[in-house]
Amino acid sequence: MMSATFFILAAVTLIGACAAMMLRGLVHCALALAVAFAGLGTLYLNLGAQFLGLAQLLVYVGAIAVLIVFVILLTRGGDSDSPALSPTALPIAGVLVATAIFAILAWAVFHSVAIHSPGLPAPQATIRQLGTTLMADYVLPLEVIGLMLTAALIGAAIVAMKEKQDPQ
Amino acid sequence: MLGINFDQVFVLLKHWLLGYSPAAIQPAVSILLTIVPILLVFPVLFALTTVLERKGLGRIQNRYGPNRVGFYGILQPMADALKSLTKEDIVPASADHTVHFLAPLVLLAVAFLPYAVLPIGRNMIAANLDAGVLFFFAIGAISELSVFMAGWSSRNKYSLLGAMRAVAQMISYEVPLLLSSVAVIMAAGSLSTVEIVEKQAGFSGIFPHWYVLTPWGFAGFILFMIAATAETNRSPFDLPEGESEIIAGYYIEYSGFKFALFFLGEYLGMFAISGLGITLFLGGWSAPLPFLTWIPSWIWFFAKLLGLIIGFIWVRGTLPRLRMDQLMNFAWKFMLPMALVVVVSAGAWRFLPQGLTRWLVSTAFIAVAYLLLARGVETRNKIAKRTYRFAE
Amino acid sequence: MTALAGCLLVSSMLFAVGLAGALTRRNTILVLVGIELMLNAANLNFVAFWRFGPHAGEATGMIFVLFSIGVAAAEAAVGLALILAVYRHAKTTDLSQLTGRPQ
Repeated sequence: MMSATFFILAAVTLIGACAAMMLRGLVHCALALAVAFAGLGTLYLNLGAQFLGLAQLLVYVGAIAVLIVFVILLTRGGDSDSPALSPTALPIAGVLVATAIFAILAWAVFHSVAIHSPGLPAPQATIRQLGTTLMADYVLPLEVIGLMLTAALIGAAIVAMKEKQDPQ
Repeated sequence: MLGINFDQVFVLLKHWLLGYSPAAIQPAVSILLTIVPILLVFPVLFALTTVLERKGLGRIQNRYGPNRVGFYGILQPMADALKSLTKEDIVPASADHTVHFLAPLVLLAVAFLPYAVLPIGRNMIAANLDAGVLFFFAIGAISELSVFMAGWSSRNKYSLLGAMRAVAQMISYEVPLLLSSVAVIMAAGSLSTVEIVEKQAGFSGIFPHWYVLTPWGFAGFILFMIAATAETNRSPFDLPEGESEIIAGYYIEYSGFKFALFFLGEYLGMFAISGLGITLFLGGWSAPLPFLTWIPSWIWFFAKLLGLIIGFIWVRGTLPRLRMDQLMNFAWKFMLPMALVVVVSAGAWRFLPQGLTRWLVSTAFIAVAYLLLARGVETRNKIAKRTYRFAE
Repeated sequence: MTALAGCLLVSSMLFAVGLAGALTRRNTILVLVGIELMLNAANLNFVAFWRFGPHAGEATGMIFVLFSIGVAAAEAAVGLALILAVYRHAKTTDLSQLTGRPQ
């Protein structure tokens, strides 16, 4: 039922995500993360959510990945040769926890109705409908998210600003 | 004229060729027939533009451009291509080889993608996406990462500095670019490039319905073109790659064919964003005057594209380069407020009844905002007492 | 295995990878990267149910993901600003040095 495109895109996304979490160099991790985001954006396009896939590409790859790269460079992340994995707990414990969670989720998927439900026809998702729904039903969350983004922008700028040096 | 519909000649050619292929591979052949002309035409346009630019810049600077290679220098791109193909490909020993190799490839892939949503003629678009303009901007945002990859992988301080400046510049100028297109999207009521062009295809008397002929459209077009010049790192915004400032910035360590690929990517980006400017403001493939509609639509598109390219070359030869802080000030303190005012003005235009009122109201919004901003920015740059900043 | 199950499995795998990375990596920025991956996995879940789920086509799924992308962008900006501020104070982004645990 799943097409070859879906397999390729899922493979690209997962390889990018694994590389982002396993590579040594920080900038390599950030670039692999950008690949994972791009793979996810294309997956959304494959599933028929046009606006969402393009918004994912624009916001995540074009802005958040670049932001992460900038902060890595500003904090001189690539120079240290300390070990990559955390010594505060055994790193194997983290991997075991993650595998356990994946096992539970996979069990839930395989024992749910998701396995047996037939494929439905693709829903209509024009931009016009999305816009009307946003402005008619969800106008309050829209305004709140505008305010929140403004607050986050100002807050981030203030937190990251250099403190003024007092003239001696 | 001759019984052949010149306007649709390429569409008819494609359907005729499709008829000759077996039904099993028809989708693949259709895709190939749509994509291959784009991959051929725009690099040829790039070759012509390089020689046009060098001759044009030369004449502006009171000298001849290249005139040795062909008839008036027209074969210069051939010579350039041969040179870049036969040059030794030097990669610094401490460079990150994988990322260094991938950067020009990513840039080129991302430079070709936006052409899919540009309507080059009537019924001549590669992918009629419902959200075409958003696709264009999403792909443009990805190109920032390739610039960063090129600068960082060379392990060179100057190239990293150039890359950071280029990315900061591209991000800053994306906002006025997006806002001026939001004004057009609001007026047209759709994100699809085909619909935007169709809304501009009518005539009232002798004047076309192009958005550039409205007050908000004119201001928006100017903002769009300035932001486009900054997005593609063209002069006067080419500090990240300035030859005299930072020795070619983020592609210092690239030689030979990879450098040519970067060059190609930059020019393709310039053509694509000019193409979007034409689609949004200049009416796409529609003719400027009602008695000129017999000229095919794709000829109008390329004529307008050539006009914008000549504009880019002219600005490059005339204006001095902006410093980094002047550049950023210009984007955030002047262009962003102006773009917001253009959006408000477009809204006023859309909802006021036709007639003199809406012209006056729209123009008033833009004129008042421009005067206030221009005067306000000027008073901030008074000469201050000299202070010293030491490296930290 | 239907398409919906395939999407859900991919999203679970992405979540697990993000969780593993957030728990084991030493650098603060990579913990944030893991968190972003987990958010994206949840978004993929929403889009899969929007496309294949019982009430396919209702805009709720798409709208939720849109707001989730917006919130994630704000959260990444503020989180990275905090990391920058901590770096300026402690001159490191190493979690083991920041939490003060012995090596």
